[in-house]
Amino acid sequence: MNDQTTQLILDSLGPLLRATVTTTIPLTIISFVLGLVLALGVALMRLSSVPVVSSLARIYVSLVRGTPLLLQLFIIYYGLPALGVRFDPFPAAVVAFTLNVGGYAAEVIRSAILSVPKGQWEAASTVGMGYVTTLRRVVLPQAVRTAIPPLSNTLISLVKDTSLASTIQVTELLRVAQEAAAPTYEFFALYGVAAVYYWVVCLVLSFVQSRLEERQNRYVAT
Amino acid sequence: MTEPTTPLTTAEPAVLQPGPLVSVSGLAKSFGDHEVLRSIDFEVDPGSVTVLIGPSGSGKTTVLRSLNALDVADAGVVRIGEVEVDFARRPVTKQEVATLRAQSGMVFQSHHLFPHLTVLENVTAGPVLAQRRDRSEVAGEARELLRLVGLEEKADAYPYQLSGGQQQRVGIARALAIRPKLMLFDEPTSALDPELVGEVLVVMKNLAAQGWTMVVVTHEIRFAQQVADQVLFMDGGVIVERGTPDEVLTRPRTERARQFLHRILDPLD
Repeated sequence: MNDQTTQLILDSLGPLLRATVTTTIPLTIISFVLGLVLALGVALMRLSSVPVVSSLARIYVSLVRGTPLLLQLFIIYYGLPALGVRFDPFPAAVVAFTLNVGGYAAEVIRSAILSVPKGQWEAASTVGMGYVTTLRRVVLPQAVRTAIPPLSNTLISLVKDTSLASTIQVTELLRVAQEAAAPTYEFFALYGVAAVYYWVVCLVLSFVQSRLEERQNRYVAT
Repeated sequence: MTEPTTPLTTAEPAVLQPGPLVSVSGLAKSFGDHEVLRSIDFEVDPGSVTVLIGPSGSGKTTVLRSLNALDVADAGVVRIGEVEVDFARRPVTKQEVATLRAQSGMVFQSHHLFPHLTVLENVTAGPVLAQRRDRSEVAGEARELLRLVGLEEKADAYPYQLSGGQQQRVGIARALAIRPKLMLFDEPTSALDPELVGEVLVVMKNLAAQGWTMVVVTHEIRFAQQVADQVLFMDGGVIVERGTPDEVLTRPRTERARQFLHRILDPLD
């Protein structure tokens, strides 16, 4: 590696870090949190005994999982203006990723809720709890344990999927690396730096995941 | 084990009205094509213990679960105190079910304690989370209930740290905490190791001595002999024999009851 390349890498560390902290991470966190809220709603709809409600949820999940994320992003950013709905790049990405997480995480949350034994619902109702209290105080706290590993997968995938937002003008990590590399043709060096940044973010998340799992195991025999 | 101690003031049964506390008439229930209950009638006097016995599949657990509508009967009337639900009149509303369910405390065969909550939190769950009562007042009461079942020193343990018998005793305290009129027990000792059965039966016997009205599904014939005021022997979804423990358990009139008792008292014969 010559001095010029080394210098280019050193010069790119700051801007790439800034893109990670100001765009990639916020985009991930906002989309994930909103996506989880959406997913809980969709999961409860899926579990509803009202056929119309559960069918709507089923169709939503099927659409999200059955179409490419890149296409969902394009439809929201390039397609919706035809219907008069116009988003800036960052909000467009948030909407797309939220809808995407909502679909995938809904299935995770649904199966985690189903993994809680029926006896827990019965016991809660015999001490007087209604549906909402049982869900909040008895079922979801136990479902979280089952849901953490698959939801962590969803989150880690999302970190990397945010790179797709580079295609709709969001200046996130990959796009900044592209812009720095284009005039110099130092693609290997700059994409390498970007890869390391993604990897570090995911390492941190994996660490957080294992801490959360340990915490959740406090009430089960090991 | 810690011996359950003497009765305490807060865990006393409600003041009793004259006449039966529980009346069940014409109770019927099918699961698909299978008729589990056909026209069950019985009454439970306040302060008395009713034991339901019978072969598995005879419908005794379904009778118990119908008393608090965990199983919703197809027909029949259940009355507990002033609360009456006619299951033939459809639909039975959520409100009716909730009101009926609030009349009784339920102890399950496999305890169904909330694993993510401590022992104390399990006992306070009903009063605090559902009945919205004051947390500190309830905590004091819950500790007394834990003393009643001999587990006050386990208040901060999680259920997985307890033995099966201790878990079941917490289940009893949790059911008592909602201040029910009636206690229901669904085979409370069937899932326990034999040496742990006694500690649970002792607690139940103490409750009976305090005047709790109880309906118990069990295979513990000696418990029925010592504690029951009324024994109902069920087979094939009907009550085949009813009477005092002496009448039903010592001098059964029907061949079915005789065979059943013979099978569980002398399994090797």
